[in-house]
Amino acid sequence: MFTAVQKYLKKDTQAAPLAVFRVFFGFMMFLSIVRFWMNGWIDKLYIQPKFFFSYYGFEWVKPIGDYTYLLFIICGIAALFVALGYKYRIAIIVFFLSFTYIELMDKTTYLNHYYFISCVVFLMIFLPANAYFSVDANKNPEKAFQMVPKWTVDSIKLMLGIVYFYAGLAKLNSDWLFDAMPLKIWLPSKYDLPFLGDLMQQQWVHYAFSWSGALYDLAIPFLLLYRRTRWFAFALVVLFHVLTRVLFPIGMFPYIMIVSTLIFFDSGFHRKIIRFISKLLGIDYFKMVALSQTRKYRFKRSIALPILAVFFVIQLLFPWRYLAYPNELFWTEEGYRFSWRVMLMEKAGYVQFKIKNTQTGEQFLVDNTDFLTPFQEKQMSTQPDFILQYAHFLGEHFEAQGHKNLAVYVESYVALNGRLSQPYVNPNVDLMKQRESFQKKDWILPFNDTIKGF
Amino acid sequence: MKFLKLGILLAFIIAAITACSSDNDSPEETNDTFDRGAMLTNWADNIIIPAYTSFNAKVVEMEAATTTFNAAPTVENLQTLRSVWKDAYVSFQNVSMFEIGKAEEVRFRNRLNVYPTNVVQIEDFIATGNYDFALPSTIDKQGFPAMDYMLNGLAETDAEIVTFYTSNTNAEGYKNYLSTLSETISNLSNEVLTSWTGGYRDTFVANTSSSASGAVDKLTNDYIFYFEKALRAGKVGIPAGIFSNGTLPQNVEAFYKKDISKELLLGAIDASVNFFNGKSFNGNTTGEGFKSYLGYLNTIKNGANLSALINDQFNVAQNKANELNANFVQQIDTDNSKMLATYDELQRLVVLLKVDMVQAFDVTIDYVDADGD
Repeated sequence: MFTAVQKYLKKDTQAAPLAVFRVFFGFMMFLSIVRFWMNGWIDKLYIQPKFFFSYYGFEWVKPIGDYTYLLFIICGIAALFVALGYKYRIAIIVFFLSFTYIELMDKTTYLNHYYFISCVVFLMIFLPANAYFSVDANKNPEKAFQMVPKWTVDSIKLMLGIVYFYAGLAKLNSDWLFDAMPLKIWLPSKYDLPFLGDLMQQQWVHYAFSWSGALYDLAIPFLLLYRRTRWFAFALVVLFHVLTRVLFPIGMFPYIMIVSTLIFFDSGFHRKIIRFISKLLGIDYFKMVALSQTRKYRFKRSIALPILAVFFVIQLLFPWRYLAYPNELFWTEEGYRFSWRVMLMEKAGYVQFKIKNTQTGEQFLVDNTDFLTPFQEKQMSTQPDFILQYAHFLGEHFEAQGHKNLAVYVESYVALNGRLSQPYVNPNVDLMKQRESFQKKDWILPFNDTIKGF
Repeated sequence: MKFLKLGILLAFIIAAITACSSDNDSPEETNDTFDRGAMLTNWADNIIIPAYTSFNAKVVEMEAATTTFNAAPTVENLQTLRSVWKDAYVSFQNVSMFEIGKAEEVRFRNRLNVYPTNVVQIEDFIATGNYDFALPSTIDKQGFPAMDYMLNGLAETDAEIVTFYTSNTNAEGYKNYLSTLSETISNLSNEVLTSWTGGYRDTFVANTSSSASGAVDKLTNDYIFYFEKALRAGKVGIPAGIFSNGTLPQNVEAFYKKDISKELLLGAIDASVNFFNGKSFNGNTTGEGFKSYLGYLNTIKNGANLSALINDQFNVAQNKANELNANFVQQIDTDNSKMLATYDELQRLVVLLKVDMVQAFDVTIDYVDADGD
């Protein structure tokens, strides 16, 4: 066993797939940043709001006023440098730090695919992705290699495999499979799509999408791994992600996934891509290849492998943490994020905060629009950790205004996957007395239903 | 060979991207079993435009009565004007929720019905004769609440009120202010109505897109926003002290006239129910609306009968509101618990509309990336 592992770790492979991945991924990241800016989202999401929802333990990460634009500029330039393979190690570290900082600024905008990007980029810090077809390799032949350890390419495949497979596992629940929820809510509202609009009204379509979506996620890593099914699998990848792009507002994610899965292809295919790009940019392909003729990349220090081993163990275990909580996962969302649970729920909520003077009994309600944007209010109203953080913010805000003996109560209703709305947070609990932690949240009212499955 | 395959795939991707990036601006005819275009048509032709037409007739009448009063400020003319003003104010409840198109552009509701009105600054404006109602800072010095003050709040008796327009040293100033108020309301109303009849109707009805800028999503958001903020909070919650330490009776709608607050509330609830059910403004026929849309979606979902629940709750809220005193200031002073009870029932409606109905419609609140987690 051990020798098999050692033997595997010594195996080499062509560096071309890693290089192509670096180029496409870096370029996609650059486009994402530009698109984000062009949509005016920096201002709307990080400058306009008066209050930001922090991740537990990262309360110190906040938007930095107008300098937030600078942060995005740095992030975008770093992405471009990654694509070019110019000063790669510094560029990828800067990109990881700036991108992750941006995502940590406000959890209102949490998306699985942002987390996916942070994970992949963290991984890429330790990979010799600039060994081939990069400015670094071109400037310094010492850094040019045609071969890299096989595990470096495989680690990206593993990361992609985890994302898909866990996303597939998460779909194996009774709401998704037996009620076709939430697709039954989402798809009919796409009535205005050309050609597909009418189909989206059909029940069988909702079930077909649910089941094939789950099957796709579970099977695609394996179909991509085997040479004989690879092209078929890639066609599925394109079909699936284009369809999700058409149906849902998920931005760049489908394109990022489509180009990422190219990593599964043979190095010959990637060399053709590199030749193609070289021709496009007027680079002398053969001179570039000659630079790195058959040299093998070797890791000087051995920190990369142990760090990545720990990283993957965490990746494999972290999504299961929900098992430690007794409540219904979809209802309380304890252990929901960072687990590749994508598009599983349609949740809508309404939260009314009440500020009460515990001595005099005087009380008043809060108008959430005084403090939150519509998007923040929507996200806050269905997620307990948001509700708690906002309650504390309100408490401190009104205390600073001179209100005394203050308690914050909440009247809230949440509807999940087409069920009727029902009371969510216990209205008799003073949220100022509750603290955020990894403990289960006793102040959430029971779901009164069960969703079976993962 | 593989290049060929790759080429086909790339072509497919490009075709798909162009197909979906153009889907926002080219809504195609769909013939699924629920026709959103028909719903928009029913809203525009049978509810919105008739409601604005009726409202506009009232404010034109109000403007004429203002001219008559200014020409001959007598108690009789004051009473006539007041009665026309009241009719127009009640009629306004039928159009206040449609903050879309021109109404949204001119901030119709803010221009016509921000209360409490700012009496100190109104007096200041009258004294200096220097005011521009187009400025956003003047929204609490104009509209129906400002007219309420001018017609009902200047003094105790009608005879005393009339003296402001006759023997007061600045009688001209009062007359001018009153006529500018009336004129502004009339102009805004006319502007919105002609926009609807002059082309906006077709734009609205054709905008069946399912994005945040589509007419269904937009008007649904407007309707719920109106119901939550202007109706539930503005007319009942805020004066009853729900959002403050202690009650705020000076914040009731029509504070100076006093005895019509209930009528205005009931009118607003009626208009909300009728719009929910798709009921024509003139007559009793119902067409496509939230109710039938929910019914259609429910045939897919097999869930609870949401439109019945909402109609039941509208009934409960109406019954509670009916128990109130015509004069909300009195109601708050004598027994505020009835105000609170009405608020609670309206609040239940907000939950049904904002949580359950919005979820059923899958209405988009804003344009941002979100993958539903």
